[in-house]
Amino acid sequence: MSASLLVLIPLLPFLGFLINGIGFRTIPKGAVGIIGSLAVIGSFALSLNAFNAFVAAGSTPFVLPLFDWITVGDLNIPFSFQIDQLSLLMLMIITGVGSLIHIYSIGYMKHDEGFGKFFAYLNLFLFFMLLLVLGSNYVIMFIGWEGVGLCSYLLIGFWNKNTNYNNAARKAFIMNRVGDLGFLLGIFTIIATFGSVEYLEVFSKATGFQVGDPVIIAITLFLFIGAMGKSAQIPLYTWLPDAMAGPTPVSALIHAATMVTAGIYMVIRSNVLYSLAPSTLEFVGIIGGATALFAASIGLLQNDIKKVLAYSTVSQLGYMFMGLGAMAYSASMFHVITHAFFKALLFLGAGSVIHAMSDEQDIRSMGGLRKKLPITFLTFLIATIAISGIPPFAGFFSKDEILAHVFEHNKLLWVVGVLGSLMTSFYMFRLLFLTFFGKFRGTHDQEHHLHESPASMTIPLVILAVLSALGGFIGVPEALHGTHKLAEFMSPLYEGSRQVNPEAFLPTTLSHSEEYILMAVSVGVALISLIIAYVMYVQKESVPAPDSEEKSAVQNLIYNKYYVDELYNAVFVKPIKSLSNVLYSFGEFFIDLFVNGTARLIAFLGGLLRKTQTGSTGDYVFAMVLGIVVILFWKLLL
Amino acid sequence: MIPNPNIPEVIQNVPLQYYLILSTLLFVIGIIGVLTRRNAIIIFMSVELMLNAANILLIAFSSYRSDPSGQVFVFFIMAVAAAEVAVGLAIIVMIYRNTRNTDIGFLNKLKW
Repeated sequence: MSASLLVLIPLLPFLGFLINGIGFRTIPKGAVGIIGSLAVIGSFALSLNAFNAFVAAGSTPFVLPLFDWITVGDLNIPFSFQIDQLSLLMLMIITGVGSLIHIYSIGYMKHDEGFGKFFAYLNLFLFFMLLLVLGSNYVIMFIGWEGVGLCSYLLIGFWNKNTNYNNAARKAFIMNRVGDLGFLLGIFTIIATFGSVEYLEVFSKATGFQVGDPVIIAITLFLFIGAMGKSAQIPLYTWLPDAMAGPTPVSALIHAATMVTAGIYMVIRSNVLYSLAPSTLEFVGIIGGATALFAASIGLLQNDIKKVLAYSTVSQLGYMFMGLGAMAYSASMFHVITHAFFKALLFLGAGSVIHAMSDEQDIRSMGGLRKKLPITFLTFLIATIAISGIPPFAGFFSKDEILAHVFEHNKLLWVVGVLGSLMTSFYMFRLLFLTFFGKFRGTHDQEHHLHESPASMTIPLVILAVLSALGGFIGVPEALHGTHKLAEFMSPLYEGSRQVNPEAFLPTTLSHSEEYILMAVSVGVALISLIIAYVMYVQKESVPAPDSEEKSAVQNLIYNKYYVDELYNAVFVKPIKSLSNVLYSFGEFFIDLFVNGTARLIAFLGGLLRKTQTGSTGDYVFAMVLGIVVILFWKLLL
Repeated sequence: MIPNPNIPEVIQNVPLQYYLILSTLLFVIGIIGVLTRRNAIIIFMSVELMLNAANILLIAFSSYRSDPSGQVFVFFIMAVAAAEVAVGLAIIVMIYRNTRNTDIGFLNKLKW
């Protein structure tokens, strides 16, 4: 695998962005979709090729230097790519799921005016995301980090004629900026501590530190603040549900499968630093657990098909952080992979439903779609089973592995995780039953328009469904007589961590029977939720009450997302707005005084001076002669 | 003024002061002409007069100091003046075509 081919992996989507971005007014629609998709499929093929070459060459990580980028004093930041197990896995998820979503978008966005613009943005997003995972130091990661934030902003506000959508885009951007500040501070602290930002150098130097060193704790906490913003954890999660304002493929690609997992990627990448800071990990675990439970509970009562999935994403990201908190890095990565499959599938399925329902997103107006959208229904069902953690689909293996590690680490968090899992299963089956079972509750027009989506949309659904069903088999736990291929593959990544914190990597103390019990519990709660949801929504055919109806206090609280948005509005947004209003009018007054005063003075003096411009040539000549005389007197006589 | 042995007799016969007085007179006549007359052509001629007053001065000093560069300078001035006359007269012709007059009193549009 030559170096130039590796460079092409991020460059192909960038090329696609340039072509579609510059020519989106002139290139015909058919060509736009093909160019955009081919760029991504090309880099997927290259990624696969790179992965095979890497495995064939004995899985030795290497750094691919491209050019010297920043050299200031002793600090040298090269622009180079790091090829190792982690970056290759991320490459495959991003380009693989990305390709499917691009193909899906050709069908989904077909009637949109901004078709070319959409593909240009999607390609740009992939470029930045690939940069994020390929970079060999924190600064390149930061470029990607900011770039994907920008693309997320552009795509959330893609339908920018709607003010609410624009507000959602701004909210996402600003919340991410809060996290980015933490990330930047983390990078600065790394530079101050290690004198380098290159992963290899930083981690090899970090192995010299003691476990629990305050500097390392500070660095990891700062970096985690960045991850909170990007991966939508408490308290910076409120942007993600609002981000559903964007087109559905965007929600699938950016806000489910790839960008939001950047925080998890970052923590796994810095696993040496995090293993050195147990107190940070504790914090990560608690935040993750709290988010998993909190977001899942909000998801229980949402009626917008995409909002349910958004809260589910937040909650699943919480699981991943919970796993990271228990130092189950491979398990979290495993969940990133399976989550990318089934959540992308859920979003794309939801997109297919929305497409069929003529842009209706409220599940109260759906129902009985299973006969009209058979492929969408089947794939959605598989994804629902996968996310609920029912074997043998993908979600079961990854979630169970996380829960097993958490159980070993902290029993209370495990209880939180199981509760979250109970809710996950409930809201997912509630969504499934309300959408696809029972009678159709929409308008007559909508019923008339119901149709299965075109092949460009259903083929990605089917591929993702296969992956969601079988994806779990890359990490079958030992207790089930399988081999955990993923963990074995990723194991070299933790050399440094193993060196600094050996206790954390001891083989599990859980006996097989204990593991069976844990599995039985998590599958049990998922099944119980399934049955409850079935009884409620299929047998009794109950439909969530319309907004106008009175609800109990608890229901109201959850339905309104615990009033967190209102709280943030009151605590942060309003005070800052009024402060800036005050500062604005204050500044306005003084600056206007100065600027307008200067203008008036000049105008007044100019008014005096212009009287000398009489227009009569004689006067000018006289003034000239007078001037000469004065100069002569000045020079000769004085 | 100390007679300079290098200066030929013929030139020394007329003292330098005379040249100064002559050129000053010409220059003052020029200024008065420019200031008092309203006809563009006369003003133009007065300007030429001032220019030549300066030329006389340059030649006089050049001769009395045996320094030819002053005279070279005058040749330049004459050449440039010839070109300038062409332009100046052309402007006056244009003024005449526009106003049917060469009175500069008519040209008072350029003001506040």
